[in-house]
Amino acid sequence: MAYPADLKYTKDHEWMRVSGDVAEIGITNYAQEQLGDVVFVELPDIGRRVNPGEAFGSIESVKAVSELFAPAAGEIVEVNPLLKDHPESVNSKPHETWMVRLRLSDSNATGSLLDSDAYEKLVST
Amino acid sequence: MIPYAGWDMPVEYSGISNEHLAVRTRAGVFDVSHMGEIEIAGKNALAAVQLISSNDASLLQPGQAQYAALTTPGGTFVDDMLVYRMAPSHFMLVVNAANTAKAFTWIHEQIKTVGDVAAIDSSSRYSLIAVQGPAAREVLQPLTAVELGDIGYYRFGYGEVAAGRATISRTGYTGEDGFEIFVPPNVADRVWQAILDSGRSADVIPCGLGARDTLRLEAAMRLYGNDIDETTTVLEAGLGWTIGWKKGSFIGRDRLVEQKERGTARKLVGFEMIDRAIARQGYSVVSGGRAIGVVTSGTQTPFLKKAIGMAYVPTELHAVDTEIEVDIRGRVSKARIVRLPFYSRTGV
Repeated sequence: MAYPADLKYTKDHEWMRVSGDVAEIGITNYAQEQLGDVVFVELPDIGRRVNPGEAFGSIESVKAVSELFAPAAGEIVEVNPLLKDHPESVNSKPHETWMVRLRLSDSNATGSLLDSDAYEKLVST
Repeated sequence: MIPYAGWDMPVEYSGISNEHLAVRTRAGVFDVSHMGEIEIAGKNALAAVQLISSNDASLLQPGQAQYAALTTPGGTFVDDMLVYRMAPSHFMLVVNAANTAKAFTWIHEQIKTVGDVAAIDSSSRYSLIAVQGPAAREVLQPLTAVELGDIGYYRFGYGEVAAGRATISRTGYTGEDGFEIFVPPNVADRVWQAILDSGRSADVIPCGLGARDTLRLEAAMRLYGNDIDETTTVLEAGLGWTIGWKKGSFIGRDRLVEQKERGTARKLVGFEMIDRAIARQGYSVVSGGRAIGVVTSGTQTPFLKKAIGMAYVPTELHAVDTEIEVDIRGRVSKARIVRLPFYSRTGV
């Protein structure tokens, strides 16, 4: 699976799709492969403010739990209702299944994230 | 692939859930050659096995197996094992991979007091392939002249599977019907492939360690290192049924008799989460902010699709339907104690 060029990536294997000052956040194909079958996603409350690197939720597979880290500062404005009953969407469509929508405090904060080429390199080594 | 007890083993081939469901609805094939085999033979073989095992091996006919604890003097587990009686004075103990050396050293030392008996670690002579699931028999039958229907549960027979010399045991670690096939390592590849080829039209698939763990958990089978170890007694672990009280003295018997009379301070229970959360090994069972017990195994399993687990709790809380609380990464979540096993193929 290719890593879409319109997404930005973190070293924690998350992606952001930015539209104006709102970013959708999900986990990458590499992450879902490592995790295995996702059975449960714990998402934050709407209105929660997060700082970069802060844990804001978790994603659980049969064999492990992984925390989700905020790639940028902002406020959670939406969580994906699909994940309550269909957590497996994360495995089948990792780059389309967003978990939270974050209103960014600073729209330029995405500069330090990796582009698809850099991320691809990171996970192929 | 991951390193596991000195072996290189797959966690999964095609997804843990996929493999787990295959075993519950069709059949799956596991390479469990990492397991250890220790053979005890000689004039006093029975006496030796009676000494080191919690169960009564005199109840075994040749061709019969039983689950037992390999006990410490404290009545806890050096390991759990299957005891096979090959002949009146010849037994094979199948032990966990990670405990093979430890178990062998222990057994070798303990049976010295019995005399006229020898123990050998014969693990390198056996590969072990498990075929598990409702379709296991129909997948395996074309590969052997042995009439599999004649091998009852916890019984075993000898013959050939895919032209490889085999001991075929009707046992397993999944809670399904199935067979565990002991073959010499030099034919293991051929036997493995023959089973998968035979099962192809029934969509029988290879299964790894991940599904092995989720399947055994649903069936409430204990896992050494999680639910049982050298600090847990046979009674605390809810395995009193493996104790042959009538057979006479065995290592740990006195301590277990004491516990039987006085009661245990804690018990291993099965639980189901009430709150939407998943409890995992090591999480504390809490009450009023204090840790009172510990989760030994837990996950959300693919067939039952529930977050289940096993935990040690104070004995006064062990009754079915008791509500307990588990600290799940800082959040106290409610669970309910349930009857074990979580899953039974006979629907009991």
